[in-house]
Amino acid sequence: MADLFTGAALFILTVTALGLFKVLRSEIAVERMMAVQLLGTGGAAAVLLLGAATSSPAMTDVALLLMLLAAVSCAAFTSGQSSHTADASEQAEDEA
Amino acid sequence: MTSLANAFTLVAVGCGALLFLAGTLGLLRFPDTLSRLHALSKADNLGLGLIVLGLLPQAESFAGGLKLVCVWLLAQISAATASQLIAGVLYRRKSRP
Repeated sequence: MADLFTGAALFILTVTALGLFKVLRSEIAVERMMAVQLLGTGGAAAVLLLGAATSSPAMTDVALLLMLLAAVSCAAFTSGQSSHTADASEQAEDEA
Repeated sequence: MTSLANAFTLVAVGCGALLFLAGTLGLLRFPDTLSRLHALSKADNLGLGLIVLGLLPQAESFAGGLKLVCVWLLAQISAATASQLIAGVLYRRKSRP
């Protein structure tokens, strides 16, 4: 049972890495921001599975923290975006 | 009884992992940013939900199981609001001439 959880966690990490590779390469800032969301969810799932595999309940707190960090960084990104006016670099993103 | 719980865990964790794959495939294949955002947050959230559901019978104590559900609730709320915020930024930027 435990090695199955580890296998599932590994699978989820590789899938998340695949998604990260695509998201981090795009030039649109919003898409790069989605990498944080992807890492938060995928990382939390992997940490939960590893916690279940090694039967250590503390890993649930780690997953909680990861989710919180993803949410807070997304909120910080959006509040930063809406305050300043669109400058030249953002115009390029508009066309993209 | 435990074999039933283990079987349920296997099925739920397997489906959760498959949903993560679906979410990432959606992220790779969808044409524009908003649909990618949709694919990303919806599929990953459901994948995480299924994994938490699968891990519930394995949790040592009731409090541990409750904390697992809390992780999923936090994931639901934070992903929903974050996606709305990001979509808002995108929409505001697109609507300006």
